[in-house]
Amino acid sequence: MNLITADAVVKDFSGHRALNRVSMEVPEGSIYGLLGPNGAGKTTLLRIINQITAPDEGAILFEGQPINSDHRSQIGYLPEERGLYKKMKVGEQALYLAQLKGLSKSEAMKRLKIWFEKFEIGDWWGKKVEELSKGMAQKVQFITTVLHEPKLLIFDEPFSGFDPINVNLLKQEILQMKKNGATIIFSTHNMASVEELCDHITLINASETVLQGEISHIREQYRTSRYLVTFTGDREKLTGGLDSRFELLYMEENGMGQKATFRIREGEGSGDLIRNLVEITEIKAFHEILPSMNDIFIEVVNDASKKN
Amino acid sequence: MIIRREYLTRIRKKSFLIMSILGPFIFAAYVLIPMYFATMEDKEEKTVVVIDDSKLFTQYGPQGPSFVVPETEYLKFIIIEGVSLETYQAGFDETGYYAVLFIPSNILASESSLIYSTNQTSIEVTGYIKQSMEEEIEHLKLASHDIQDIEQILMEVETSLNVRNIKWTKDGKTQESNTGVIMGVGYLGGLMIFFFIFFFGSQVMRGVIEEKTSRIIEVIVSSVRPFQLMMGKIIGVGLTGLTQFLIWIFFSFILITGLKAAFFPELNQTPTEQVVSSDLFDSGAMNPAGQAMMDEELDMVEEIFTSLKSINPAVMIGSFLFYFIFGYLLYAAMFAVIGSAVDNETDTQQLILPVILPLILGIYVMLSAMNNPDGPLPFWFSMIPFTSPVVMMVRIPFGVPWWQVALSGSLLVGTFIGMTWVAGKVYRTGILMYGKKNNYREIWKWLRYSS
Repeated sequence: MNLITADAVVKDFSGHRALNRVSMEVPEGSIYGLLGPNGAGKTTLLRIINQITAPDEGAILFEGQPINSDHRSQIGYLPEERGLYKKMKVGEQALYLAQLKGLSKSEAMKRLKIWFEKFEIGDWWGKKVEELSKGMAQKVQFITTVLHEPKLLIFDEPFSGFDPINVNLLKQEILQMKKNGATIIFSTHNMASVEELCDHITLINASETVLQGEISHIREQYRTSRYLVTFTGDREKLTGGLDSRFELLYMEENGMGQKATFRIREGEGSGDLIRNLVEITEIKAFHEILPSMNDIFIEVVNDASKKN
Repeated sequence: MIIRREYLTRIRKKSFLIMSILGPFIFAAYVLIPMYFATMEDKEEKTVVVIDDSKLFTQYGPQGPSFVVPETEYLKFIIIEGVSLETYQAGFDETGYYAVLFIPSNILASESSLIYSTNQTSIEVTGYIKQSMEEEIEHLKLASHDIQDIEQILMEVETSLNVRNIKWTKDGKTQESNTGVIMGVGYLGGLMIFFFIFFFGSQVMRGVIEEKTSRIIEVIVSSVRPFQLMMGKIIGVGLTGLTQFLIWIFFSFILITGLKAAFFPELNQTPTEQVVSSDLFDSGAMNPAGQAMMDEELDMVEEIFTSLKSINPAVMIGSFLFYFIFGYLLYAAMFAVIGSAVDNETDTQQLILPVILPLILGIYVMLSAMNNPDGPLPFWFSMIPFTSPVVMMVRIPFGVPWWQVALSGSLLVGTFIGMTWVAGKVYRTGILMYGKKNNYREIWKWLRYSS
């Protein structure tokens, strides 16, 4: 079951097209990554899902139904440009925002206490937002986003502006929310967090979808047939005895032993490489080098811009 | 929720409290200070030298020659004889005198005299001299006709007519009213609406800008519709304003009754006065006791109160609230649009001007309406929704046909609904636009684009 379906969404701004027939299916209970370089149209898509702006063509479905105002309370949105009322007190503000999302005052109060304790910010309740640092305000804003425990959470660049400790705290929370059944869409440039958290991704470049799917499939798709081998033994013998079907790309030695990277020609299996290596050296470890999302991102985006 | 937040955060501000308390004083100061300055007399003693070639204005007494125009406390005259104007001009600066009044010998025929001075002579001095000399010349001319007992006849002819306005009310009673007081009430009402619209309208605008610059707008409009946010803000600010006004009225009432007690203690002892004043603030009901007070010797203060009573308080307060609220709503929607179109307050100037122009125009028409409340100009401007709140207020105390009020009112409400609809559309686009200086052409594009 898809929680969110975007169907050929088109959005034009005066003069240029921000989204060109972008489709996306976000399965319930998944973490969905929305990737793309700056200005690709990620934020526009997220705003359309949030009903802040309307698409010019196409449609957004929420649990199979065309999305409408009643769905607002089931969505929590953390925009890229963070903002709170500067002159308002933290606690009052959090209460206000929670009540806008349909929580009762007492319920909001109860949940806020738990969250404030969890984030160790209980003593900020009576402070004005303008007295907080940027990172502190971000924490408050994160809490206000998730407080009403919506079915869908949308984070636009959730990790920007946080220190590594808080990034980890945030990741834990996001995973916890997934475990509790929430669906999460987030956009980011931080590819490491994508690998760590996301089940699916859509990569948008210049208003178009250029890559989409489950993250494991994508990495499979972009595998480059490279293998990293840790071995002990004579290096001369290794280079001398290597079959011509395999190419030695790189070799280094450090305290842990010697490492070499091989590439297999197309059509060959990794088993043949192992058999070959066993004859000429002692293998301590052997594993495939899968491309990182970072590499894939750069490759896809560069390819796409070459085409244009 | 939005209304509550807008209301509560504003009411809790210190400035709200301060304004609430100081408001009546400031308002009173605005009215009184110009009056004080206007009536303040020049306290500097001035001596005017008179060269009277006609000899008509010179009296010869035991102390030598003196000017016929009586001296005042701050204005003295010295008659100088046998000196020509030219010789006096050369050494005038050293004398320390204020001015030289030259009366030519043919003054009766030419009817002009000259005042020489190194500085610009003040209007007060010139006016005083002019008026006194005119009287004197009139006397001289009359005397030349040689009519017997002319002075006495003149005294008898002189009349000061006191015209009192009596209105016939529908139930056959008569009411005395004073045009000046009625005008004052209308003027005050119109002016209050003007200030209210201007002050709280721009608060709406600032509120929108604040949300925009703090970027919280995106969070809010993902929770509620932009239109709800806009209306919530407008209504919240409006309620703040109403609260403030109620506080002002309350304070002013206390202030006025306090002052009245301090300055006119004898009034409080007459039972009619109490009836009239309580009547005025309580209800629109006419008190028969008030009618009985039609007395030639109506005291000024009492006259004001009876005049106030001739304005039906229910109609007055009702229409005031109506124009007050809808005028505000109409303009607040426009101010919200401006707020949504800019990134910071400094960019608002050029966009505000077209919006406040009709308001200021309304004030001017209001001033002219005070002289002729039923003329074509006030009529049309009290129909146009952008000026009607201000202009109609000054017309209503004089009595306006009900169909005009109804027409102007429904036009206003209609325009308000239309304007809010338009504003909602523009607002929705505007609040998410950053980093662009927008003009009205751009706003027009948003309007068409989103529809």
